[in-house]
Amino acid sequence: MAEVPLHEIAHARTGDKGNRLNVSVIAYRSEDYPLLVAQVTAERIKELFAGRAPGAVRRYELPLLKALNFVIDDVLEGGVNGSLNLDGHGKSLSFLVLTLPIRRS
Amino acid sequence: MPASGPVHIGCGAGFSGDRTDASGPVVDALAVSGRPSYLIFETLAERTLALAQLDRRRDPAAGFTPYLADFLRPVLRRCVEAKIRIVANFGAANPMAAGRCVLEVAAELGLSDLRVAVVEGDDLLATLGADAIRRWPNDERAELAGRDIIAANAYLGAQPIAAALARGADVVVTGRCTDSALVLGPLVHEFGWAPPDWDRLAAGTLAGHLIECCAQVTGGYFADPGRKDVPDLDRVGFPIVEVARDGTMVVTKPSGTGGLVSEETVTEQMLYELHDPAAYLTPDVTMDITGVRLVTEAPDRILIQGARGHPPPPTYKVTVSLDGGFLAEGEISYAGPNALARAELAAEVLLKRVKRLGINHPIRCDIIGAVSVFDSDGGVRRRASGAPVDGDYRVRLSGSSDDRTTADRIAREVLSLYPTGPAGGAGVRTSVTGRVRTVSAYVPAEAIRPRISVLSAPAG
Repeated sequence: MAEVPLHEIAHARTGDKGNRLNVSVIAYRSEDYPLLVAQVTAERIKELFAGRAPGAVRRYELPLLKALNFVIDDVLEGGVNGSLNLDGHGKSLSFLVLTLPIRRS
Repeated sequence: MPASGPVHIGCGAGFSGDRTDASGPVVDALAVSGRPSYLIFETLAERTLALAQLDRRRDPAAGFTPYLADFLRPVLRRCVEAKIRIVANFGAANPMAAGRCVLEVAAELGLSDLRVAVVEGDDLLATLGADAIRRWPNDERAELAGRDIIAANAYLGAQPIAAALARGADVVVTGRCTDSALVLGPLVHEFGWAPPDWDRLAAGTLAGHLIECCAQVTGGYFADPGRKDVPDLDRVGFPIVEVARDGTMVVTKPSGTGGLVSEETVTEQMLYELHDPAAYLTPDVTMDITGVRLVTEAPDRILIQGARGHPPPPTYKVTVSLDGGFLAEGEISYAGPNALARAELAAEVLLKRVKRLGINHPIRCDIIGAVSVFDSDGGVRRRASGAPVDGDYRVRLSGSSDDRTTADRIAREVLSLYPTGPAGGAGVRTSVTGRVRTVSAYVPAEAIRPRISVLSAPAG
């Protein structure tokens, strides 16, 4: 069983509202969408951002768009108006999500 | 008489710092389409309005988007000639002054009979006052007490824009409104869409949501070389949405421009800044995109259908802006052999110094080139990163403080590393900037009273 970074099979975009981040994860090919549903779970996303002590992580499934949408609360350490991070918007974080390893048979 | 064929709406700016040379090809494409056409400019981010309000406090004639003339000058004459009407949230904290500025640009260009409509009523600090604002439910109630409220603006919907167009405006200038209303307003005007036709109102909201960030749907914020390639990003075309009466739409861009409109670019932008995809809340409609399907009609033409709508919430969202103190930042570079160790030492020195000064404000140190933007304030990822010892690294200290003097002292600690820090420290830059904190509050719809004024050029 081969492991690949999520970046191999999906693309992503982040958006911010205050201290809340949303990340879309979109499969390039329909046949890979079930891999996203099975492996890119809210729990794994929460673990990926553990250093920032996020609040709730919600996952929405959009099968017609072969996409998942994650909404992560309190993950931007204050958001664009309060953060000390160079990237207060969290705009780079889609690529952090794309580092997740995915098992592919 | 409602329009029968599609209405074409182009976007000329997706934020206040957007390119000013990309709207020309959009206007050219709209002009030859022969369809009822509009050009929108979205120049108002969440905190822009608070900064504009501070400008207005200093100068009663200021407080609107600073690049208004730069955006309008290249296209206004062509828009008037081709009957392309403009809808823009240029107004920020001073829509009336923005409206007058539009007339000044028109006069410069010799356009004497331009009709400009100004939509006001979003500024609740002016109409209801700070005490009322403190009483409304908000996301972080504690933050409102004791802090100076700089601005409180409701997100108005599409109705006032449609009403302004019905009064014959060539240009509609608003303050705060939902970004999507800039597109839904013209569609409501052209097609007569109204409650309870929620699905159509949702389609118009989706059309607005897709183009309001401008190049973000045409290949901007998208390219990932070798994986998601975008042609000619240096001259990326800005978007046009063609919306039919039944609510189906095509997103495209002017021919001959760079960029890309694909199912991938449209999907990324559809989900941008969206939370529950079944309930995107606006004052006009609650939008549900879970049934939306995309079809590639032709290269750079994506057909979108299936938006559904439900009644809007009973409250308007209001962004309340508060004084947020100051952000201090300083950076210094270390390169070559053992650079990471020198950078880590600089970071250690900085944190010790700031602590010894008795500054108990939030502080963060990054090493750019190892791990920075992915990291948390605690630096957990950097310590585990295993970045190479030799390299080209930049140490960045940032801190926040309510008072300017403390912020200056934090930034100066980086400057003083030149002669006192590790060997080879180079290229220091420091800055101290004022910050604005924003909180979302929710206000009953009855408290919101939009006003429309029509301005025309003074005689002579």
